[in-house]
Amino acid sequence: MSAVWAVIRRDLMLVMRRKAEVLTGLFFFVVVSSLFPLGVGADMKLLSKIAPGVLWVGALLATMLGLQRMFAQDQADGTLEQMALSPSPLWMLVTAKIVAHWLVSGLPLVLLSPLLGVQFGLEPGALGVLMLGLLIGTPVLSLIGAIGAALTLGVRGGGVLLSLLVLPLFIPVLIFGSGAVVAYQSGLGIQGHVSLLGALLVVALATAPLATTVSIRVALE
Amino acid sequence: MLSLKQVSCMRGDRTLFTGLSFDLQPGQWAHLKGANGSGKTSLLRMVAGLARPVEGDILWHGQPIRNVRETYHAEMVYLGHHEGVKEDLNARENLQLGMAQDGYTLSDIEALRALQAVGLQGREELPVRVLSAGQKRRALMSRLVAQRRSFWILDEPFNALDVKGVEWLTQRIVDHVQTGGMVLLTSHQTIPLEGGQVVQL
Repeated sequence: MSAVWAVIRRDLMLVMRRKAEVLTGLFFFVVVSSLFPLGVGADMKLLSKIAPGVLWVGALLATMLGLQRMFAQDQADGTLEQMALSPSPLWMLVTAKIVAHWLVSGLPLVLLSPLLGVQFGLEPGALGVLMLGLLIGTPVLSLIGAIGAALTLGVRGGGVLLSLLVLPLFIPVLIFGSGAVVAYQSGLGIQGHVSLLGALLVVALATAPLATTVSIRVALE
Repeated sequence: MLSLKQVSCMRGDRTLFTGLSFDLQPGQWAHLKGANGSGKTSLLRMVAGLARPVEGDILWHGQPIRNVRETYHAEMVYLGHHEGVKEDLNARENLQLGMAQDGYTLSDIEALRALQAVGLQGREELPVRVLSAGQKRRALMSRLVAQRRSFWILDEPFNALDVKGVEWLTQRIVDHVQTGGMVLLTSHQTIPLEGGQVVQL
């Protein structure tokens, strides 16, 4: 366990010393979702209708921004190699990297989302559902994204390939995440959507770290 | 102990070497020699367990290294071409977090002592990015001092080191071998140590 903590701490320390990279994703999320109310105009009914989709797409794209750097820098400076040669199991260290990625790029989106939701005239209940959905959904994005980031390690033009690979896999999260808010707005229960998001998280947790580990071992060979 | 049995290596379509066999016992060291591009680094990466030989086996105490990965990696250290350190962290943090990643806790005093041993005294708190190539190398070497692994795999360890650094590292290798450790290295330098076997690729 101390190994997991060490990797998380290292990644957070690196982020604190190079804040610009993280802030880019966050800033992107804020700007993109703020452009819509400005572009569409002050039609509150329309805005609150498109809000779930716009905010979720913003969150997906913001997550994509930092994804490629997840393992690329570690590979470039050789620390990924040292992780693969550590007596600690690689899948544990990889899971720690994914947790760190979520803490840095997923959690801030969850915390910021109510603020942006207000711009779209979402009522407090809908804001709560939006946050809950993002809280369950963004870890799935980090987990699936990690597989893509590992598969495209060392590939030239990996960034574009990564988007093509990962974005289609994000679709279920988008559907159930924004679906939960829409369901709430129309007075239906949110339980189904939230349960399905939870199921996605469980599946991703069970498979993504191992798939990522295998991809990294292949990339290092 | 390490033994290679009929190991072959291919890069793409080219065969680099075939049927390479040798043993390394505790208290022994081997100097891997060959022209540029003859597969020295590839062999070291296979021995470390980063790559897989196309043919043959690499055994650690009689077991294929893939089957005993965790125990093998707890006894082995591999220093390759990369610095293997984070540029934005300082040498002490790099060493401590690197050790913690392997499951060991290293106190501040122990870490500073290891960094002193590699000649980074007074540079412990500087981010590694401002250090010179030789000093980065030394920051990585501090792991050799702190980790106390029995089998060292060193790929061109003398690169970028100054005269004093080369002397220091040679002495470390000599001490390590004499106290029952094992070393497998590539180098274009001659190593003033008796009894090493030369593996020619």
